[in-house]
Amino acid sequence: MLEPFLFFVFAVLCVAGSLGMLLSRSPVASALWMVQTMLAIACLYLTLNAAFIGVVQVLVYAGAIMVLFLFVIMLLNLEEMPRLSSFTWARAAAFVAGVAVLALLLTVVAARADLLPDGVVTAEVVEVDETDVVAGPTGQALVVEDEAARIVDPTSVEQIGVALLTRHAFSLEIVGALLLAATIGAVLLAKKRFV
Amino acid sequence: MDLTWYLSLSAVLFTIGVLGVLLRRNVIVILLSVELMLNAVNLTLVAFSQAFGDVDGQILVFFVMSVAAAEAAVGLAIVIALFRNKLTVNVDEIRLFRG
Repeated sequence: MLEPFLFFVFAVLCVAGSLGMLLSRSPVASALWMVQTMLAIACLYLTLNAAFIGVVQVLVYAGAIMVLFLFVIMLLNLEEMPRLSSFTWARAAAFVAGVAVLALLLTVVAARADLLPDGVVTAEVVEVDETDVVAGPTGQALVVEDEAARIVDPTSVEQIGVALLTRHAFSLEIVGALLLAATIGAVLLAKKRFV
Repeated sequence: MDLTWYLSLSAVLFTIGVLGVLLRRNVIVILLSVELMLNAVNLTLVAFSQAFGDVDGQILVFFVMSVAAAEAAVGLAIVIALFRNKLTVNVDEIRLFRG
């Protein structure tokens, strides 16, 4: 009973934050609404038992990235943005395109949940067998046989660390190099007289 | 809690991000909207990872966050460089290729 309640609370916070980001006229207010969205998404990760990702979300998104955004907004000293209420054809077209994206995504979600009437979607929804979804250390599917093995949560922080430093160690090194390159690039771009 | 709810929420958030990119002309708000879209996809990945009991979805989210951090740093540095040259962050007024 608690989990649906928490989901709806944080979903409402999340959507309200993103709508505030979209509609507010000051860039600082937009960034602060976005912080609310990030924190609500972190709480949604916690309701999904993904504690590690939730903590990383708070640290990286709500902490580092949004502070960077606020820092740049205040550095640039921007004026107020125009209201969205005035009608232009470009805005109407953008709105229609956005609604089309939403319709497309919700159709896919409904097809996955088997909610659509017959004949609407031609793609086959692949049913995943419960027994073979636990991946072994080498990547191939591993059938869990005894109940004791099921008690180990396959998505705990420990399992994430093991997977990150064994199977995905090379990707981790690449990401480290990417972050270094991004740091150097950002410093160079923001330097005076570079562009 | 059914996976469908998480996927629907993610679709709504992604759509708000798309609308932000299309409707707003301030380049900082556009970058914020891109971050929102990345977050919506991350939510999908974590929901599927939990539903299938597979850790790889969360690993992918970790890498997406790293790339998003790099993207935000480089993007904001470009915004600073643009503002220094053009004194605006409105994308309609930034036309380097059209003169």
